[in-house]
Amino acid sequence: MDLRATPAEEAFRADLRIWLAATLPTLPAKPAHTDWQARRAFDTHWQGLLHGAGYAGIDWPVEAGGRGASPVEQLIFKEECERAGAPYVGLGFVGLLHAGPTINAEGTLAQRTTYLPKILSGEHVWCQGFSEPGSGSDLASMRTRAVRDGDHYVVSGSKIWTSHAEVADYCELLVRTGTEESRHKGITWLIMDMSSPGIEVRPLKTISGSTEFAELFLDDVRIPVENRVGEENDGWRVTMVTLSFERGTGFVGELLESMRLLRELTDLAKRTGAYGDPGIRRRIGQLAATFDGLWALTKRTVSEAQATGIPGIGGTVFKLSFSEAGQKMADLAMELLGDAGLLFDDVTHATDGQPLGNADHVENWIKSFNLTIAAGTSQIQRNIVSERILGLPKEPPVGAKK
Amino acid sequence: MNFQLSDDQVALRDGLQAIVDGYFSLDHVRAREDQPSVVDRTGWQALSDAGVFALLVPESLGGLGLSITDAVVAMEVLGHALVPGPLVGTMLAAGTIAGAAEGSTLVGIAATSDRGAIPGVIELPGDCDGYLVLPSSRDGAAPATYVSRANVVATPATRSLDPLHPVGRLEALLEPSAQELSGTADALRRNALLLTAAFEVGLAAFALELSVAYAKDRYQFGRPIGSFQAIKHLLADELARLEMARAQLHYAAVVTNAPDIAAIDGEVYGLSATQLEWRAVAGAKLLCDQVAVSATKTAVQVHGGMGYTWEVPVHLALKRARVHATMLATSDQMADIVASLTH
Repeated sequence: MDLRATPAEEAFRADLRIWLAATLPTLPAKPAHTDWQARRAFDTHWQGLLHGAGYAGIDWPVEAGGRGASPVEQLIFKEECERAGAPYVGLGFVGLLHAGPTINAEGTLAQRTTYLPKILSGEHVWCQGFSEPGSGSDLASMRTRAVRDGDHYVVSGSKIWTSHAEVADYCELLVRTGTEESRHKGITWLIMDMSSPGIEVRPLKTISGSTEFAELFLDDVRIPVENRVGEENDGWRVTMVTLSFERGTGFVGELLESMRLLRELTDLAKRTGAYGDPGIRRRIGQLAATFDGLWALTKRTVSEAQATGIPGIGGTVFKLSFSEAGQKMADLAMELLGDAGLLFDDVTHATDGQPLGNADHVENWIKSFNLTIAAGTSQIQRNIVSERILGLPKEPPVGAKK
Repeated sequence: MNFQLSDDQVALRDGLQAIVDGYFSLDHVRAREDQPSVVDRTGWQALSDAGVFALLVPESLGGLGLSITDAVVAMEVLGHALVPGPLVGTMLAAGTIAGAAEGSTLVGIAATSDRGAIPGVIELPGDCDGYLVLPSSRDGAAPATYVSRANVVATPATRSLDPLHPVGRLEALLEPSAQELSGTADALRRNALLLTAAFEVGLAAFALELSVAYAKDRYQFGRPIGSFQAIKHLLADELARLEMARAQLHYAAVVTNAPDIAAIDGEVYGLSATQLEWRAVAGAKLLCDQVAVSATKTAVQVHGGMGYTWEVPVHLALKRARVHATMLATSDQMADIVASLTH
């Protein structure tokens, strides 16, 4: 165990710091959350800057046009970006983290050369069509149907939780090509051009009041067979390949952001006098220790990925602990705010006259409910951890004989 | 950056595991239950011969000259086997107190109580030849001392919570006999917390393994109880706690051993190297306390009625977890330290 950086890692960090310091001040002001066109312009501009500097696709293999950085360099990249206040991956999320790596691993040469360069450069934005209104945790029950018609698939059905579908160029789409009962053996992975006729995008208003997500309604959308990635009915496996790209750095930005937020809350508690309450102090101490532990766990996972090529179990259990700690912190913020937690209008502190920052904390509290649901509910995570790591038996399927 | 066990650490762990398998099987350990003296001198000598107590002693003084990180790895193995005896105190006293490294002098830890109304206890009064007295507050200036058993006025408990870790009621420490220890109390205390936390990680891993094995074997309603989500989710949560606690424990040991890393990491939080070490150590002890207590409680629950019997060993892990989460410092004190270093 030696947590010292190698000379190469230190050089990587130093170069990145210089680049971030020179580049971030040139960025335009962040666009309004509700202005999708402006958000697209902002995020793709940032991706273009990364691309120009050789940081695009930091975790992608060099053959695919990426940086081919080691797991430790990926960790450094995310750490430095967060500490410098760089923009998040934003609308590039699906293309860079999901669709692109899948196409690289499973796509044809033609597909790789058509789609990958424009994901890296930021020119193309992708969205994800996996979940359906009737298929959330049980994704393999999906019913969006694709029927072969010559050299096309004709697709009908609906998808939900499709982020930024309003401004996406392409969608990584999972469709049912097998029988209704075929479950994960009858799913196919398709590239859908979002300008195809028959696609309706409806914004989905969440409990935060935002329309971060959308629903997709597909009515006889024609998708060329050449847009299929992998074999017909092999889409489940193709999708799982994507997931194995995870190298334990998936939540680095969120974790460091949470640690920053906790320092803010500590400051807030001191301003309001709540810090004098030992119960409040201990909750702060508990959260700080938990986030520290999760940061150590991240380093352990990344180090394992670096040494063995496999991230090990740290990444699997991380989300369980992180999502619960995030919710506890959000609850603490609301208690510290008291009445100021009941409105989004800026409230200033009675004594020091400075803003309490309540709007962000209230927003964060609402969004914290997402933590234990999105990307696999905590209940599904616990099934995965207990069955795949602890080796506990699966639950017998419904209707199975005892 | 490399956060993996080194080859030497793997060898240390596996070598120690072989000794533990030979001398500290569960049956062997359980034979000492509720005895005034719980230390098996043959096994203790085997640990000493393997260099366990001399791990932290510099090579120039005849020790192994290993780091606290290595010692933590070793202590996890001992915790997993519920090895009885004053392991932490003896390891820390070795090199200063004659006979500790050699296995002939057994040294416990006496932490002076912060809680004035409740008198303190000392561990293992029937086994220890003396005690390290560590101030409980985080005060680098206060010295750590060694007091021989003859100068500790204590009454062995008629019955202790943990049948494998008996305690005595502390009445007085005769200070004039105290011998000041080399090294600051601050550093000794951090090492004591880390080694105790490592023992807790071993306990938690042991309890989780027992629970998983039982959940696979025990059938109710025609299926293994481990196939019910109500059971498997409890166990998944314990594994999540365990992995996080162990990672923080190893991180804390690494920074304690490397002030340059502590200084670099501390800068991010506006902390000095020593402050960062304290934040890491206190956080590690807090998380290890919590997983030890939680995983052993869950083990009792998953074992159902059997978990409430003396025969099934989960209560031994449960009670030891309670001992180690209490005696040296409480979890609340650890949370207070971390909070005081969060700004």
